[in-house]
Amino acid sequence: MSVEVRLPTMLRQYAGGQSSVEANGATIGEVLGDLTVQFPQLRGHVITDDGGLHKFVNIYVNDDDVRYLDKLDTKVGNDDVVSILPAVAGGAR
Amino acid sequence: MLRLSVSAYAAMVGHCLDELPYEGCGLLAGASDSYGADDAHATRCYPTGNAARSSRVYTVEPRDMLRADRDAEAAGLAMIGVFHSHTHTDAYPSPTDVAQAPIPEWHYVLVSLRDTAPVVRSYRIVDGKIAEETVVLDRY
Repeated sequence: MSVEVRLPTMLRQYAGGQSSVEANGATIGEVLGDLTVQFPQLRGHVITDDGGLHKFVNIYVNDDDVRYLDKLDTKVGNDDVVSILPAVAGGAR
Repeated sequence: MLRLSVSAYAAMVGHCLDELPYEGCGLLAGASDSYGADDAHATRCYPTGNAARSSRVYTVEPRDMLRADRDAEAAGLAMIGVFHSHTHTDAYPSPTDVAQAPIPEWHYVLVSLRDTAPVVRSYRIVDGKIAEETVVLDRY
């Protein structure tokens, strides 16, 4: 199963400057696993050392944030588009 | 230096006022050569929801982030920064802002609504170090 993965500007430098790449997998976890095998420099920006989603990114399948689906177990199909974008937060506290 | 188009500035400050009593937040986009540049020009403002709905913290609503990113990409623009308001404090990055500022290429704009008139200031935050930059309004 191959899906399109769209990368945010700040991560493209770790994927040869590409804005969109193909990765294989039946779940988000597998897709990100394949992505970080293809582009090892992406790993620390997307996945934590213990295998979880990095808090500074949001991962979407089409229009939905996987944190509100099945997280890394979210299933993906051939026509799905996976987007990685920065998770932006802060505040006065 | 961050140049802000007047339309982006007005949308940004207006959104922060609309969001009171919560912190308002959103994204700023500009031509792709503005990405990571010290001299950047933000031509478009994307107001977003504050998923934290708090007067003390903000989280850019992830769905709004996706929508903004798609729109900017389609327009050939790059996301070059983020803004948020401080409702009761200075327009200066808090320790929370610095700890959660992961993109060294971005411009971090603060809108203080503490006083009667909004105060807008902008910063680069690299490796935990805060450097203020000049904000200039641009008619275009």
